[in-house]
Amino acid sequence: MLLARYAEAIFWLARFMERAENLARILDVNETFSRDSRGGQNWLSIVQLNADEKRFFEKHPLATAEAVLRFYVIDMENPTSIAASIRNARENARTLRPLISTEMWTQINVFYNRLRGLTPTDLASGGLTKLFASIKESCQTHTGITEGTFYRDEGWYFYQLGRYIERADQATRLVDIKYHLLLPRNQDIGSAIDVSQWNTLLRSAAGYHAFRRIHSSGITPARVAGFLLFNQRFPRSVTLCVREVDQLLTEMKSRYALRGGNDVAEQIDELRAVLSSHTVEQILAAGLHQFIDLVQIHMARITTLLGVAFFGHPSTEAAAPSNVVPQ
Amino acid sequence: MDEVNGRSVLDGYDASGFFCEMLRSADTQPIRDRLGRLSVEALKRRALDAEAELFNLGITFTVYSDKDAIDRILPFDVIPRVLSAAEWQIVETGVVQRVKALNLLLHDIYHDQKILKDGIIPAELILGNSNYRPLMQGIDLPHQTYVNICGTDIVRDANGTFLVLEDNARTPSGVSYVIENRHMMQRAFPELLNDIGIRSVDNYGLQLQAAMREMAPAGIDDPQVVLLSPGTYNSAYFEHVFLAREMGVPLVEGRDLVVDDDDRVYMKTIGGRSRVDVIYRRLNDDFLDPEAFNPDSMLGVAGLMRAYRAGRVALANAIGTGVADDKAVYAYMPRVIKYYLGEEAILPNVETHICREPDALAYTLANLDKLVVKPVGEAGGYGITIGPLASAAELEECRVKLLDDPANYISQPTINLSVSPTLVDAGVEPRHIDLRPFAITGAKTWVLPGGLTRVALRKGSLIVNSSQGGGSKDTWVLE
Repeated sequence: MLLARYAEAIFWLARFMERAENLARILDVNETFSRDSRGGQNWLSIVQLNADEKRFFEKHPLATAEAVLRFYVIDMENPTSIAASIRNARENARTLRPLISTEMWTQINVFYNRLRGLTPTDLASGGLTKLFASIKESCQTHTGITEGTFYRDEGWYFYQLGRYIERADQATRLVDIKYHLLLPRNQDIGSAIDVSQWNTLLRSAAGYHAFRRIHSSGITPARVAGFLLFNQRFPRSVTLCVREVDQLLTEMKSRYALRGGNDVAEQIDELRAVLSSHTVEQILAAGLHQFIDLVQIHMARITTLLGVAFFGHPSTEAAAPSNVVPQ
Repeated sequence: MDEVNGRSVLDGYDASGFFCEMLRSADTQPIRDRLGRLSVEALKRRALDAEAELFNLGITFTVYSDKDAIDRILPFDVIPRVLSAAEWQIVETGVVQRVKALNLLLHDIYHDQKILKDGIIPAELILGNSNYRPLMQGIDLPHQTYVNICGTDIVRDANGTFLVLEDNARTPSGVSYVIENRHMMQRAFPELLNDIGIRSVDNYGLQLQAAMREMAPAGIDDPQVVLLSPGTYNSAYFEHVFLAREMGVPLVEGRDLVVDDDDRVYMKTIGGRSRVDVIYRRLNDDFLDPEAFNPDSMLGVAGLMRAYRAGRVALANAIGTGVADDKAVYAYMPRVIKYYLGEEAILPNVETHICREPDALAYTLANLDKLVVKPVGEAGGYGITIGPLASAAELEECRVKLLDDPANYISQPTINLSVSPTLVDAGVEPRHIDLRPFAITGAKTWVLPGGLTRVALRKGSLIVNSSQGGGSKDTWVLE
């Protein structure tokens, strides 16, 4: 039976890898597609996305492209940077070396050593696309090697749980921040939306082409938000990720006769109910931000309960999430 | 081969009067021939690739500075150290004999102490030793095996005679490099190994796992074996990973284990507590159990000694083996072998002066500039004074320490250690080497063919420890 400490390390290995990949995509898309009609870029939104305002502005006076890129790509002191995520992934992988394949370890090790060697000159705008492509590809290589070599026992379930929980978390953040940023200001209501900005949002979640296929008639803010939150087939939508988490947990509990984790399953059920009981129009009318808050509270609670059920964490008396639904 | 251009590997190689293991043995001729077909440049190129690969694979030990954890590879020399079948026969039988004597000695020390009563070893040397564990007194171990894993440090002198320098009967390390070095050679120099007939090193993990199972408490059919590591911050963590994987057992840390009121050991899993029967521990005695030893240890498991004494869990190596590999006890090993086995030591000791004895102290002080003086408690080559290489000030410092605490020191003549051709910046030069074969003992003893060859990479240096500028070589035992 899998050691509790290993289960936690696998869960976080997957989360940190997923996080790095998401961030690389967001930065890449911002660099390439986010210019407004005057060619300006909004880099501050990326700081807001990660709720890093305080730490960022302690180091940098302005959210310039240079400062944001440095902060999120190579700054090891910033725990939300790509370099720090991969360092954390590697530290977990180091703990897991008895369990993971040599190919998994070697790839992470080489990836980390390459990131560690990056300097601010590597962030010059000419080479950025190539850099982000290589980071994304390294994350995806990791995913592929893991899929092809990691033994499918309990550890595999915790890996997948971590991956989907992180992915859902990233999707909610992206919708939350960008939606409000991109909505026309009051005086502009009724004016044509800036389609290119909404395309950018979809690209940040690797969802642009899938979205076009199902909404060929056109782009609206509600459709974009609905797609990222509720689509049943898009691999990065919140609904799909939570459904995967549900199935993984159920299957693992029954296959390995695990008694713990019933409260995790209940929490997931509640979240699925929240996600399926409202249309995107209802949610937008009632307040998108409150809705996303609720989803995030549920997800944080799921992680906490997983820790108690399987990672050997002491049980907490944390209050159950409120059952408030958007009014 | 297209790599013959330029100077070939052994062209102009001069062993400088030392016993060169490559040149002195007729059995190495086929290997010399193959090396002759490689240029130094080609060798260097492939050596660089090999080192990069070791780094990427994370076959590293970790050095900690204030700020960073730095992964270093153990420098790897690509020219193998070769032992003929006949040479290996001596080493193997000698190691088996020595391990047998160590186990008999430990069983005796922790039972009737006949060897002390018969005056073969001074009783105070054992009973006053900081590694003697009174709580082991009267505990019966399966197969009377205390030293399950033993690393015997062996050197060859100017005549090529094998001599034992030290026994490592606590938690000897380095075996992972033996196996990884072989894999590296197979990848980097396949043509060197083809058709040579080299004994395999690949079944160490199986042998170790089998021995661990043989140590399980009575009545357990399918024992759960684990490897207990101090954790990822330990410099030998890679080796712990390696061994756990090769044995196919969980690598645990102290915090993963609990001892329950039933005196049984459990590990914490995602499904609750799961029983543990045998622990291959890579933690020193003092850190194992804060209840029994160092109360400040965060690495151990409270109550482990309780479970051990109750016979509910096996530990490998046993507690208290450090009393037998002590550098002072080492001096008595030829007599210990004779006492228990009625045999002469197949592998002689290096001549050793025990400074706790007045004559030996006087002799040591009179010949400081010719002798190697070693503290008996230190590991890793620390605190050693090599007389012929020491400055006047260093000799004086050594003299003061000796007079202050003579019982803490032994002295030995300097030995013209054998050399092996080694790739260095300037080309191929002789460098001093030693050998640490690894012996595994459950019900009986098995020795991994070869062992870890360490090489002193600094010109003229006799110190092969990795912490002191040493590297390693693949060790080939010919069939």
